[in-house]
Amino acid sequence: MPARPALTVAVSLAAAVALPSASPAQVTDWKEIRKPALRAFQPQQPRRLVLGNGLVIFLQEDHELPLIQGTLRIRGGSREEDPKKVGLVSVYGQAWRTGGTRTRTGDQLDDALEARAARLETSGGQDSTTVSFNCLKETFPEVFDVFLELVRAPEFRPDKIELAKNQLNTGIARRNDSPQSILFRESAKLAYGADSPYGRHSEYATVAAVTRDDLLAWHKAYVHPNNMILGLVGDFDSRAMEATLRKALASWPRGPAARKVEASFPGPTPGVYFVQKDDVNQSFIRLVHMGTRTDDPEYYALTVMNEVFGGSFASRLFTNVRSKKGLAYAVGGAVGTSFDYPGLFSVFTATKSGTTAAAIDALYEEIDNLKKSPATAEELQRGKESILNSFVFRLDSKAKVLNEKMTYEFYGYPSDFLERFQAGIERVGAEDVARVARKYIERDKLAVVVVGRAADFDRPLSSFGKVTTIDVTIPERR
Amino acid sequence: MKQCARLAAAMVAVLLAAVPTRAQDLAAFEKRVTVKTLENGLTLVVCERPEAPVFSFFTHVDVGSDREVPGITGLAHMFEHMAFKGTDRIGTKDYAAEKVALEKVEEAYAAYDAERRRAVGRDEAKRAELEKAWKQAIAKADEYVLANAFGEIVEREGGVGLNAFTSNDETGYLYSLPSNRLELWAYLESERFLKPVMREFYKERDVVFEERRMRTDSQPIGRLVEQFVAAAFTAHPYGQPVVGWPSDLATFSATDAAEFYSRYYVPASMVVAVVGDVKAAEVVPLVEKYFGRLPAHRPPAPLRITEPAQRAERQVVLRETAQPYYIEGYHRPDSRDPDDAVYDVISDLMSAGRTSRLYRSLVRDKKIAAGASGFNGFPGDKYPHLFTFFAVSTPGHTPDELRDAIRAEVERIKNEDVSDEDLQMVKTRTKANLIRRLGNNSGLAFQLGVFQARYGDWRELFRSVDRIEKVTKQDIRRIAQKTFVPENRTVGILESTRLAGTAPKGGR
Repeated sequence: MPARPALTVAVSLAAAVALPSASPAQVTDWKEIRKPALRAFQPQQPRRLVLGNGLVIFLQEDHELPLIQGTLRIRGGSREEDPKKVGLVSVYGQAWRTGGTRTRTGDQLDDALEARAARLETSGGQDSTTVSFNCLKETFPEVFDVFLELVRAPEFRPDKIELAKNQLNTGIARRNDSPQSILFRESAKLAYGADSPYGRHSEYATVAAVTRDDLLAWHKAYVHPNNMILGLVGDFDSRAMEATLRKALASWPRGPAARKVEASFPGPTPGVYFVQKDDVNQSFIRLVHMGTRTDDPEYYALTVMNEVFGGSFASRLFTNVRSKKGLAYAVGGAVGTSFDYPGLFSVFTATKSGTTAAAIDALYEEIDNLKKSPATAEELQRGKESILNSFVFRLDSKAKVLNEKMTYEFYGYPSDFLERFQAGIERVGAEDVARVARKYIERDKLAVVVVGRAADFDRPLSSFGKVTTIDVTIPERR
Repeated sequence: MKQCARLAAAMVAVLLAAVPTRAQDLAAFEKRVTVKTLENGLTLVVCERPEAPVFSFFTHVDVGSDREVPGITGLAHMFEHMAFKGTDRIGTKDYAAEKVALEKVEEAYAAYDAERRRAVGRDEAKRAELEKAWKQAIAKADEYVLANAFGEIVEREGGVGLNAFTSNDETGYLYSLPSNRLELWAYLESERFLKPVMREFYKERDVVFEERRMRTDSQPIGRLVEQFVAAAFTAHPYGQPVVGWPSDLATFSATDAAEFYSRYYVPASMVVAVVGDVKAAEVVPLVEKYFGRLPAHRPPAPLRITEPAQRAERQVVLRETAQPYYIEGYHRPDSRDPDDAVYDVISDLMSAGRTSRLYRSLVRDKKIAAGASGFNGFPGDKYPHLFTFFAVSTPGHTPDELRDAIRAEVERIKNEDVSDEDLQMVKTRTKANLIRRLGNNSGLAFQLGVFQARYGDWRELFRSVDRIEKVTKQDIRRIAQKTFVPENRTVGILESTRLAGTAPKGGR
């Protein structure tokens, strides 16, 4: 370390003397620093309305900036698409906007909106599709008109369907270029099943099978007011906005309710799986088996366990695999949860080819250790404090509060889920963490997936069990 | 709280409307912003934004990989990692003993390193013995370590977004805390730069090497970009990778990192921006009290090297099994140049959204690219850098097709006036995008910190929009004609060795 001249003392003394507000003695330990109580904070809640046709609307005023943002979330996503047409919802999500409306092409919409610095986009996701916009307050009437026309009368012009397919095909052609992309795709397929709505992915053939009629049929099947939630946040008066929305949307008739896809979750066939990749000097490793849902009563105990195990700087995975062993830059792990289907228990790292087996050993060691010694009193307290003290960041903007409410509404969760969360975390004890570690983590159910250069490994993967090589060859275009 | 919101809204509304009254409303924004330069030279920027009881900060240190020379490439980034390792009071069981142990690690490393790099007469047995002694010294020093204690305190106190970055131009540190932890933050953030300890240095060097393998070595785009910038810059450090060359990552020492730190982490090179539910009247004395402890030191002299004018077009070609990429860059002046706004307008015209020229030509009409853009600030913008075009091909299309289509758009912007509508669209979008950047504590802290550091005045964040307003179509052609010429160009191509669009045999 460089020598510190005597100047250090002079400067700090001068500062202490010059400032009557400073405490008399220089603080030398962070534990001595006072922490006043956090000021009372009642986040502003959005107004919730339900129109006669079933459309749920949330209005959240935010007058800080002259902007208005909106999101329309519609039930039905890629998990509900025809298995022979995987990619349909993705094409739909792009061509919905780019394909324009009955009266204007997508290109004309681009010109009109960009001239007003407005954004209006559509997208297709796993369980829903969305239309969202972000505009300056004074352009809202025009943007909202486009929004309405796009939602009610999209055209899906063929040239933009081809463009969207071109984008998907590019993704297919490039999907083996990055080792992470191979790892996460193949491990999800192993965990959920290659044909599962949660594991499958598009191929050239399934993209080619998507037609304009499919997109129109999808729109007709799902885009009904009773299948959607609209949320607005920004610089508006919510009474006036309510009137605008009622006028525009109340007469829209109901349609058939969206049905969620059925799926089973047997979990992966345990074993070691390997993908050879020649142009890397690092192995990408993921251990997976089934996780659970966010509405599991054990969610709170799992959240604390995850914090201790792999969710932070001070977590065991970060400290042991990264800081103490120097094996990886990226390392993490958790029992994952999703709102309406089970997430995955997943442990991930990337290490140089020559320490592949050493890294798998290290991950196994942490998994075993989590079951043997789940959380010390110190770890439990640290994990809980970290979650509870940072809780305010879940609600620190009006847009975030709105998003939370929309999410709970979408999945049918109680609207006070977040308040319950805080209380749920407070109640977690050491025995709860121990119980969930035993119950939710099962070493012999794991699929161990490795992408890398086998010739450079420190030990063959067969030392961890029978190895199944995965062929990731991309089926050719017809 | 409401009053502040109205002020912000008013300020922005006028920004949008007319130029003449702008200063007045910048003045309105100024009521929320306080700048204070401490006696030691450190600059503090505070912006009061009491939306919720939280705050974010951004510490900007005016040193990035720009200050590295061959042999120590990657060291700025390495020090950034070390700034999470704690201090003489955080992260240690017994600092007095640890200090002695760390000195022994450095002695052992120097001896080992000298032997292993001896070109003539290296004694392998001796090298192995010295390596063993070094590793033993590390094991001894590690006995005193409380791993990740710094991050643990921040997280336990409710910190989120704890992170840092190193670029070619600067190093930045950031996180957010509940607002009742302001004094704790002032202590922790100053302490990490007052008394950093190079503990666990060689383990962390391994971690950083893994970061290099992950981001650069094992990604086709990482390999291409590293080769591309190395070709584009022959003299300026912009040609060196921020993460460092492998030889240097395997060699530099904790002593090197400590020297780098003491030379460049001087208060006069630091700007700290704090945004959120705080009062300047509280923040200023706390920052004076804690950051005032950093000893004043003369800031390093400006870099002497300037990239010489390019005389010949350069090209690098990577032949790989991955799908193709195309990149080409043209040298341009630094971000303080009077024509900086003109380059921004060109970038916007070329790249922003589905109305952009590259999207419409390469993606929509020719269907040869999945994405294409032309942008400034690569690899940095503090020094003369590159205006860079980049495109990702669709299946079956080649880098040559991407090149030809990009060049056609380049010729167009050189030879044809931009329409009034297009120019107005860029100007409107620039103003709106400024507004969109103001509604978030950490984003605002970052912007205020960077603008204060780069231009000496955070107000440049607003003035940069005014400069865009003044750009004319003649400016655009003038700058395009000056910049986009063959001898000023470097091309980077990643070619697919198999026939594009078909499947590889036997899997990869």
